[in-house]
Amino acid sequence: MFPTPIEKKSAATQTLYKIALPIALIVWLLPLIAVAMTSVRSAGDITAGNYWGWPTSFNLLENYTAIFKQTPIGQYILNSFKVTIPTVIGAVAISCMTGFALAVYKFKGNLLIFFMFIAGNFVPFQILMVPVRDLTLDLGMYNTWYGLALFHIAFQAGFCTLFMRNFIKALPFELIEASRVEGVSEIRIFWFVVLPLMKPALAALSVLIFTFIWNDYFWATVLTQGADNQPITAGLYSLNGQWVAAWHLVSAGSIVAALPPVLMFFLMQRHFIAGLTLGAVK
Amino acid sequence: MTAPIVPDTHPPTASRGWWKENQQRLAPWLFLAPGIFMFLVYVIIPIFQSINISFYDWDGLGEKTWVGAGNYVELMDDEAFYTSLKNNVIWLVLYMLAIPMGLTVALFLNQTVRGIRIYKSLFFFPFVISQVVVGLVFAWFYDPNFGLLNIALGWFGIEPIAVLANEDYVTYGIIAAGLWPQTAYCMILYLTGLNAVDPEQIEAARLDNAKGFRMLWYVILPQLRPATFIAIVVTVIGALRSFDLISIMTDGGPWGSSRVLAFYMYEQAFSEYGFRMGYGAAIAVVLFLIMMVYITGFLWKMYRDEKGR
Repeated sequence: MFPTPIEKKSAATQTLYKIALPIALIVWLLPLIAVAMTSVRSAGDITAGNYWGWPTSFNLLENYTAIFKQTPIGQYILNSFKVTIPTVIGAVAISCMTGFALAVYKFKGNLLIFFMFIAGNFVPFQILMVPVRDLTLDLGMYNTWYGLALFHIAFQAGFCTLFMRNFIKALPFELIEASRVEGVSEIRIFWFVVLPLMKPALAALSVLIFTFIWNDYFWATVLTQGADNQPITAGLYSLNGQWVAAWHLVSAGSIVAALPPVLMFFLMQRHFIAGLTLGAVK
Repeated sequence: MTAPIVPDTHPPTASRGWWKENQQRLAPWLFLAPGIFMFLVYVIIPIFQSINISFYDWDGLGEKTWVGAGNYVELMDDEAFYTSLKNNVIWLVLYMLAIPMGLTVALFLNQTVRGIRIYKSLFFFPFVISQVVVGLVFAWFYDPNFGLLNIALGWFGIEPIAVLANEDYVTYGIIAAGLWPQTAYCMILYLTGLNAVDPEQIEAARLDNAKGFRMLWYVILPQLRPATFIAIVVTVIGALRSFDLISIMTDGGPWGSSRVLAFYMYEQAFSEYGFRMGYGAAIAVVLFLIMMVYITGFLWKMYRDEKGR
């Protein structure tokens, strides 16, 4: 069932394949296309039940300005950025160091610490929920962007360490040994020898973490409340409660919420996929 | 090297010598310190705190009362707990469909025609967007009055089904929504895996007249084993983490029939049903133990790989 390269098939099959591709794509993305279509409809269309017919008018600008004017969606988006960007920087910085330490040095407990990071990265969120919420309250960081970001940094350190460690492990070790012979200090080896080689890993990890954190909903509801500090995922949930039957606005809001990670994905596609598929090929 | 601006008060030779001798031993711990500290505080210690809380009756504010295994005994008789557990099993089993589905899509897209890269990334789209958005999109897709699903069913003369308001269908409806991004994820794993398939082996197999399903099973799949492994890991984790979609699409309803352990725990600990932190923690511990089976398996495989290196 491994597909023969299509060039070797008959012309008819080739044409068939080229027709099948866009059809399959439209079916696959149908729910999303429907949302995009609805987000430009007028309120009249929605009340009249005209969800799938041709829109009576195109209200692209009206609907999208409406959600920004009538709701705090701008604030929600800003909050999302305030949580996501520091998390990306923090988690990547920390895991560069842990990954380096675990990949380069042989010491007692190395594998144990590595496994601690991996295991922690897989635990269900619920087992952390009550203590982390209490800790955040005790630190006076409940309902702040940095309270949420600090937790995310710590939790993502697990996945990021796994990623970085495996990446550095695959680098040529001779480089490090040669520098040591030259008498270069360990810290300078990290900074001047290894870090420059890690650029692809840094890019891949940054886009991945950006998407993960942007799309986080659970911790947003556990550690924040109210429009002042909640990120867009939690915000969209509460807006959905307010906009009963205003589906054109819900759709527009959904599109806006989905846009930053989608843009990130398209701009950094190669890195994104390289990051996600780490380990899928030996 | 430039001279230090601040005069070095330590005897230069002794301190430098000591650091030089020991830096290879100390450096890893310096590099690890911030990461280990954060991870202990926010992840490892809370696990044990949760286990501890599960032995108490606690509303989150007042005094904790020791109840021993009381919370677990109560779980044994809690019908909602069994509903959640059953739904978790359904999630786990059906979520696995994402793997063959992802493989199918990957095989379909594994061609070189014009614009195929764009197709691949558009197929991957559902994974990039938030589960909150996926949940809203599907809630709407299932709507009994105007949802696309019921319009399509109407073409075949089937009465509209309110998927999300029906106790029997609701969990399946939500899982279908979850399969959408998860299939996309598995697809991308397999596409990457297929890129690395050895073309010579395929050619050789073709000469031996292998084709169709036998080709897939005996030649391709063994080479895709790393991709399959990762796909299983992320799908299991995804299934057990299911929370967002349930919260968005049904809030556990109707009558709690779409709850899973993750959701039920949240409900017990933080909702209007009362802040039962101890009871919630006990549910979390059960979920944690289920997950631990997979985590141990994963670590075991990693351990063998490491030793084999």
